[in-house]
Amino acid sequence: MTAPAAYGPALDLVTRVRGVRGAMLVSGEDGIVVAEQLMEGIKGGAVAALAASLAARLRRAIDAAGVGPTLFWHLQCDKGGLLVVPTPSGVLIVAVAEPDVNVGLVRLELLRAAEAVG
Amino acid sequence: MTTRAVEAWTLEPLVKFVKEAGARLVLVMTSAGQVMAQHGFSRAVDVMSAAALGAAIIASTDEIARQLSQPPFAALNHQGERHGIFLGSVITGRGKLVVLAVYDLETSSLGLVQLFFEQLTGDLQAASPKEGVSKQVLAADFERELSDSLNTLFGR
Repeated sequence: MTAPAAYGPALDLVTRVRGVRGAMLVSGEDGIVVAEQLMEGIKGGAVAALAASLAARLRRAIDAAGVGPTLFWHLQCDKGGLLVVPTPSGVLIVAVAEPDVNVGLVRLELLRAAEAVG
Repeated sequence: MTTRAVEAWTLEPLVKFVKEAGARLVLVMTSAGQVMAQHGFSRAVDVMSAAALGAAIIASTDEIARQLSQPPFAALNHQGERHGIFLGSVITGRGKLVVLAVYDLETSSLGLVQLFFEQLTGDLQAASPKEGVSKQVLAADFERELSDSLNTLFGR
């Protein structure tokens, strides 16, 4: 895994996309925020804990289905969405986005950020 | 798994916490180790040991904080291979309470426990009677009080 100094630039990759309200690095095992760049009003700790819990359950479901490791997931909601890319080190790159965000571009930047974080 | 309380106002917040945080074992006790509610324990001896050890850990860390001229630590977490142990305290109308939670790393996480502990803190503060701290247990009454509490906690 990369040194913490690289976390800011990795999150910058994601938050610079129009429509992204915030991005976080979350410890997948603990559900704790490692680094964050969030707009006011987003409860980082809660999003981190619940996203990590969901990621763990999804991983189990995907393992059971035998379709290989998760590369990206997107939860689409009425007023926005949650986009997540897990890294090999167990960190989750999480983006909170508005409903009209360019999902393809966010996905690309999340994958780049995941590569940078390692 | 059963959840039982010696003081009824602790029951609902505890049930909610257990359900949402996915905790396996939980004790709500005073900082002296008097148990007010429990979830998941099946033997009285385990409750007594966990309460005594939890209270001792809180007392030790409070003293470390005092020696460092710091406010008491908000919470403590021990992460094992398969389980985590979380200890946190909350000030209620009944004085300081200590919550000890054991969670399975397969089904829960420190983040979830921390998140729902914040809610538990608010729920316990809102539910606690405001008429002051509960009476001190005298040494002479200790055995009987302990026995009564354990009977309630295990539905006897």
